[in-house]
Amino acid sequence: MVEVDARGLSCPEPIMLTADALKQADGPVKVLVDEPHQKTNVEKFARSQGRTPTSTETADGFEVVIE
Amino acid sequence: MDLLDFSSNKVRLAVAGALVGVVAAVLAFFGNPANMAFCIACFIRDTAGALGTHNAEAVQYARPEIIGLVLGSFAISVATKEWRSMAGSSPMTRFALGMVLAIGSLVFLGCPLRMIIRMSAGDLNAWVALIGFVAGVGTGCIALKKGFSLGRAQKTNAASGVVLPALLAGVLILALTTTLLKSSTSGPGSMHAPIIMSLVGGLIVGALAQKSRMCFAGSIRDVILMKNFDLITIIGAFFVVMLVYNIATGHFVVAFDTPGIIAHSEHLWNILGMYAVGFAAVLAGGCPLRQLVLAGQGSSDSAVTVLGMFVGAALAHNFGLAASGTAMDAATQTLTMGAVPMAGKVAVVICIAVCAVIAVVNKRQGK
Repeated sequence: MVEVDARGLSCPEPIMLTADALKQADGPVKVLVDEPHQKTNVEKFARSQGRTPTSTETADGFEVVIE
Repeated sequence: MDLLDFSSNKVRLAVAGALVGVVAAVLAFFGNPANMAFCIACFIRDTAGALGTHNAEAVQYARPEIIGLVLGSFAISVATKEWRSMAGSSPMTRFALGMVLAIGSLVFLGCPLRMIIRMSAGDLNAWVALIGFVAGVGTGCIALKKGFSLGRAQKTNAASGVVLPALLAGVLILALTTTLLKSSTSGPGSMHAPIIMSLVGGLIVGALAQKSRMCFAGSIRDVILMKNFDLITIIGAFFVVMLVYNIATGHFVVAFDTPGIIAHSEHLWNILGMYAVGFAAVLAGGCPLRQLVLAGQGSSDSAVTVLGMFVGAALAHNFGLAASGTAMDAATQTLTMGAVPMAGKVAVVICIAVCAVIAVVNKRQGK
């Protein structure tokens, strides 16, 4: 699975990196973020692209898998 | 659904923007300078003056709105488990961007929030400045597309994220219990709503802005970069509420040279001042209001940006960079046009050059 490490990046970099990954990858994309607002931003962006995000909390943040 | 969820759909975003507008209108009605209402740059400048970092006697007052904003964001983010102590994303570069945010704002006479308030009062100078702000945000977007990044912040000790909220709480305590702080007896700094009302207003706006992710630069950036209209929905609702307030209270005057509203008509410098602010805000990841909110929710990098704004605001008055507003002399009934001093013009050009250098030399790893 393609993985995007967006931890610690300022807005809107996590979304830009996610958008690039979704364009290039055929399958699901995993996005790592460490702040709750970045998690919701990535989830909202995924839905706006017609994709389905599933988030889980990890030891150092969140993992958003976009199907 | 979570009552405090102000970011999940456009209706909730609009409600958040409208509520912020109501707070700004109430504060203006009860004493804040009419179309300043809740200006972040002006109020940081006033607070910097209260601390004695500049000596412009008309603009010295520890604005409880600024303190409340940070503490409101702090409280709501702790309560909703969104508080994170983060640091280390080019702090000194962010300090410089904070200075640009303050200086550009004080040459235009207002931060992006006040630009919207001025637009809603019919001040055509603010509509002219909007051109510069959008162009500045657009330039920042080009930098982002080319791989601009200030690098990653890391989790750090919780204490670091508490320092700025604690310092501002200290300023509030000094303001309430001592006579150490300076307080204007005339001019904009002497005009304010009752302290407790300002503080509560700040707390409410801080909480709403934290939950809605309100950002004046981000709203235009998201439209340009991603055709996403979420954040601009908040600003639209805020504008509508302020427009209704201004019309209802007789403050809506469509003109360029309206005396008494703290504005000037040097179009080029209104445009370039806000161009610098829009550019710097995108590079810093948010407008002045958003920097205060992020600092409240634990970002030491945004706290450093806020300190940069304090220093920039102090320098703007110590070095005579800030513009003056068009004013009517009550005795002689003569109109004195507001103007941007030469030092202010030079400073804005330097600010734009600084942003350009920052945009070019900071690249995302792997780019």
